[in-house]
Amino acid sequence: MTDAPHAFPSSASAPVIRLEAVGLSYGTTRALDDITLDIPASLMVGLIGPDGVGKSSLLSLVAGARTIQDGHVHVLGGDMTDAAHRRRTCPQIAYMPQGLGKNLYPTLSVFENVDFFGRLFGHDRREREERIQQLLRDTGLAPFADRPAGKLSGGMKQKLGLCCALIHDPDLLILDEPTTGVDPLSRRQFWELIETISKDRPGMSVIVATAYMEEAARFDWLVAMDEGRVLATGTPAELLRQTGTDNLDAAFIALLPEEQRRDHKEVVIPPRRADQGGDVAIEAKDLTVKFGDFTAVDHVTFRIARGEIFGFLGSNGCGKTTTMKVLTGLLPASEGEAQLFGREVDPRDMDVRRRVGYMSQAFSLYSELTVRQNLELHARLFRLAPDTIDGRVLDMVDRFDLSNVIDALPDALPLGVRQRLSLAVAMIHAPDILILDEPTSGVDPVARDGFWQILSDLSRQDNVTIFVSTHFMNEAERCDRISLMHAGKVMISDTPEQIAARRGGGSLEEAFVAYLKDAIAASDTTKASPTPHIATTAAAAKPHGAMHSTLSFFDPRRMFAYTQREALELKRDPIRATLAILGSLILMFVMGYGINMDVENLSFAVMDHDDTTISRDYALQIAGSRYFTELALITDYDDLDRRMRSGELSLAIEIPPGFGRDVARGSNVQIGAWVDGAMPSRAETVRGYVQAMHATWLAQRARQLYGNAATTGDHQIEVRFLYNPDIRSIVAMAPTVIPILLLIIPAILATLSVVREKELGSIINFYVTPVTRLEFLIGKQLPYVALAMLNFFLLTAFAVFAFRVPFTGSFVAFTSAALLYVIITTAMGLVISSFMTSQIAAIFATALLTMIPATQYSGLVDPVSSLQGAGAVIGRIYPTAHFVTITRGTFSKGLDFGDLSGPFLALIVTIPILLALGVALLKKQAN
Amino acid sequence: MRTGNIVQLGIKELRGLFRDPMMLALIVYAFTVSIYTASKAQPETLNQAAIAIVDEDRSPAAARIITAFSPPYFTVPRLISQSEMMSRMDAGLDTFALNIPPNFQRDLLARRSPAIQLNVDATRMSQAFTGSGYIQSIVGDEVSEFLSRYRSAAPLPIDLALRARFNPELNKSWFGAINNIISSVTMLSIILTGAALIREREHGTIEHLLVMPVTPFEVMASKIWSMGLVVLVAASISLIFVVQGLLAVRIGGSVPLFLFGTALYLFATTSMGIFLATSAGTMPQFGLLMMLVLMPLQMLSGATTPRESMPEIIQNIMLAAPNTHFVILAQAILFRGAGLAVVWPQLAALLVIGGLLFFLSLRSFRRFLQ
Repeated sequence: MTDAPHAFPSSASAPVIRLEAVGLSYGTTRALDDITLDIPASLMVGLIGPDGVGKSSLLSLVAGARTIQDGHVHVLGGDMTDAAHRRRTCPQIAYMPQGLGKNLYPTLSVFENVDFFGRLFGHDRREREERIQQLLRDTGLAPFADRPAGKLSGGMKQKLGLCCALIHDPDLLILDEPTTGVDPLSRRQFWELIETISKDRPGMSVIVATAYMEEAARFDWLVAMDEGRVLATGTPAELLRQTGTDNLDAAFIALLPEEQRRDHKEVVIPPRRADQGGDVAIEAKDLTVKFGDFTAVDHVTFRIARGEIFGFLGSNGCGKTTTMKVLTGLLPASEGEAQLFGREVDPRDMDVRRRVGYMSQAFSLYSELTVRQNLELHARLFRLAPDTIDGRVLDMVDRFDLSNVIDALPDALPLGVRQRLSLAVAMIHAPDILILDEPTSGVDPVARDGFWQILSDLSRQDNVTIFVSTHFMNEAERCDRISLMHAGKVMISDTPEQIAARRGGGSLEEAFVAYLKDAIAASDTTKASPTPHIATTAAAAKPHGAMHSTLSFFDPRRMFAYTQREALELKRDPIRATLAILGSLILMFVMGYGINMDVENLSFAVMDHDDTTISRDYALQIAGSRYFTELALITDYDDLDRRMRSGELSLAIEIPPGFGRDVARGSNVQIGAWVDGAMPSRAETVRGYVQAMHATWLAQRARQLYGNAATTGDHQIEVRFLYNPDIRSIVAMAPTVIPILLLIIPAILATLSVVREKELGSIINFYVTPVTRLEFLIGKQLPYVALAMLNFFLLTAFAVFAFRVPFTGSFVAFTSAALLYVIITTAMGLVISSFMTSQIAAIFATALLTMIPATQYSGLVDPVSSLQGAGAVIGRIYPTAHFVTITRGTFSKGLDFGDLSGPFLALIVTIPILLALGVALLKKQAN
Repeated sequence: MRTGNIVQLGIKELRGLFRDPMMLALIVYAFTVSIYTASKAQPETLNQAAIAIVDEDRSPAAARIITAFSPPYFTVPRLISQSEMMSRMDAGLDTFALNIPPNFQRDLLARRSPAIQLNVDATRMSQAFTGSGYIQSIVGDEVSEFLSRYRSAAPLPIDLALRARFNPELNKSWFGAINNIISSVTMLSIILTGAALIREREHGTIEHLLVMPVTPFEVMASKIWSMGLVVLVAASISLIFVVQGLLAVRIGGSVPLFLFGTALYLFATTSMGIFLATSAGTMPQFGLLMMLVLMPLQMLSGATTPRESMPEIIQNIMLAAPNTHFVILAQAILFRGAGLAVVWPQLAALLVIGGLLFFLSLRSFRRFLQ
């Protein structure tokens, strides 16, 4: 250890970052422990250390993306706990989080991504376009300006991330493992780019976390970290001097505490034994995979012997992963053959699967299961004998050093530890073949060496065949043979030494880069040239033209940045927009016809004990009405009971024996009627019908007996059905479907628009850019308000023209109310989103919180004034109830603004309440 | 196929669900608070129907009619003037307005058959019909009683003994409670399986499963049993403690038989959830698609409005939906006390539909994986 941990380079000015006793915990895990550190300004500073020592946490605190728990973080001369300072400084800070393209929007094009960030920082159009052209040219992305970010290779994603970060001329650039998972050529280009930029802007400070020690060697100043603490600081030369080593890998290992260092030894892979050579484990013959017109893998041929370690190298997106997927049976080959152990790869062949272990590039284990549960689940799925499972799991835990995280959830673990877990899972069933897709991306040097020691043991002792892809040259050198791949083709396959020797005996990396450059030059140079044309220009040093506007609390430009982005995403996902529009119309159609309050065609049957003309006349009276349909006669009470229980009969009439005789005589007689009460509203209607028909029949009888005088009543009641004189259900129901549809669909879309960003990680842009909470919310809301209004016009037209519901009132009033209402419904979605972290819960919660109150408490069927209990309270405040009143008023009652002031006022008051709630609940930093 | 894998993967699903406290809270809410409030809020068909009376006669006969309207069926009538009547109805304050003309009593006694005007807000479908029937019969009763002091009538001695079976008081909250359980069961089973599948794909874990000795059939079956079980347990608890306990709904038939039917129904809906998930690319698309399928299914299943009232073609189409059969089955067992002898066709239909949906989803699930 060093005696002077805070050794400053002589050229240092005032520190750009000052940390005082900073601590951070996730639950019981201590990520950062009492860190006190000054980071000098205007330098390229590297943060090095194993995985999970707190590098990323530290950077997110400095960027202001995470709430500070203990201590003080001073950045650019102010305290980052102070929200006002954060708002002031965030235009000067740029933060690129870990993970390939995590803060980018995959459906937006390269240009649109950068443009979005430019808007967030308040640049005007001309300035933005100028800068974007410049940045894309400098990074070699200009030919790809229209390509969606999701379709870029890893290296290009990182360059795009850098463009987005540099758009606002930051004084402090924070990069969290920017080159992890990026091929050597792109990596080299990336650093050349950064160096040029910092040369142009000498005042800019850059702080980088990295796992590549050869990169760290080029930095001005280093901070070595371990277990949430700082081990040492200083220039690379100083660190080498302190430790007495000749490279940074060794220096870092020397800096580690004794107990950790003890485990580490240099990886030495013994040569393959002569008896290992024999049979072929993996073979590909002219393997070709096409996706539409695009050929991802182009006639690839190789043969890997049992027990061999075979390396696969190549630029990002060159077809390595696709080849591996074919070998595991995940993808079918378009042409050619892939064989494992001499058998054609067959996805249905479970025996072969059991002999193969696969680790995919992205972490693909269950984040909802703990480390132990993940291991156990896979052990069981691979049918390990139950009594050996515990032992095997412990074995893996020891081997991959997972014992201290065994009950942790993977999401809480750093990338490197997660990669170790993935590998442990891939090896749990002791497979004969291991197919590993970039297994060591993001893993620190010590862990990587341990990992390769395991691979070596597996290959040499257990004769396991290992097929591994990597971006690390020192790993490639350890393979028995390697293949270089580019654009779907294998350029060369040989031992690493041979390959290096063929390109003039330099390092393997130089040979690799040379091969890649040749291949790129051979292909269309104008199109695919990723070589940066780093034209040193003055543009990067331009003054901050837009600084004034970034300070205000509400800037329409920033708000529209989000609006425009959301609208673009909606446009790029036509299925979503179509579903939203077409779906509403289908629902309107179905519900308009389906919610029918006209009860007709009710089934009934008669048990006629009398069977005379009079009794048949009585039954005919009912059967003749349009409300009832007569079914076969009821034979006895058992029949009656069975048919009523099965729901076949809604009504059963029993006519007693001697009915005809008794009626003729005028003696007392009683007809029995049973109504199925299972559905009370229907039963009420049936009851009403039967009573009315009974009365009519009586009147008819009376007329036959006493003549016409008997028919005039003692009084009359003139019933006038207002607003809907034909009492058509559709006139009553169709307009009220509009409020329901304008609630549910916009609310779900708005909720998901926020929760999706949370789940996929791009919410970080909201944390670290000057956009305020209100701008964020309203910005996201606007496209959905527009979509909902479009829906509104379509639905109204549908009601008027297709359903022929007369519209009698003021259309302007109705439209204004609809606008207020959709602002409310989308705002409700935003409020719900602030509670939710997963999209599943968000969908369920929105459905639950909108569908039930809207259909049951909003006066759709039962008037609000008739509701009871909590339902009545909800009905009085729920916006749908007010909008239903306005809808009915304007549709059927011919009303205008003046008549509807009450509900209008209720809607207007709701908007600021919901927006305030949304702003209050939304967090501007991660916890 | 190995049952071991299905069990293990199912346990994994359950563990995952228990890690999402928000989801658990929502499930509890859906099966307790939501059902309780919805059931309690359901008014009787005619509950507190807003009525206003314009009395231009101010006679004892008119007073008799006015006092006859009282809660719980009606609000205490508000006495208003002729001019107020239309504006109050426009604003939706009153559903009914009764206008008793001048000289009503005099005309009545003189046998001139005077006319009372009843104005009904016919946009309030649920009350307009039954309410006006009630009002007519109340007015009729009062008038004939008033007149009976002056003359005697001789109506025909034919009675109609009208009784409602299975729910004698036509208590709507019973119906509401069961209905809400049905809709929660449907919604939750579709969301849980469908969204869980999309999530696995968005997180890349599904690919991982497929390089293991696990078949798509096993993956699907595991999701169906585990998520179905969660919903079944929640529904049983809700039925026993909330519906039978708190809401004191009298259940006519066998609860185990109903739960057996629910299990068959869940087989169908969870398969449907997987089918929807394989058709939707992203979570927002799934959310919309689910709404699009769920709402018509619920609306047209016969749970909200009687099947008989729907157009013939819709009735026939809806026979292909599991909801229809489940609603028939639930009403038959829970209200009408029907046994296996009565509901077996529904059980068979659910089994067939479930099997078909399962087969369809399995096919599209296999395609989805490629």
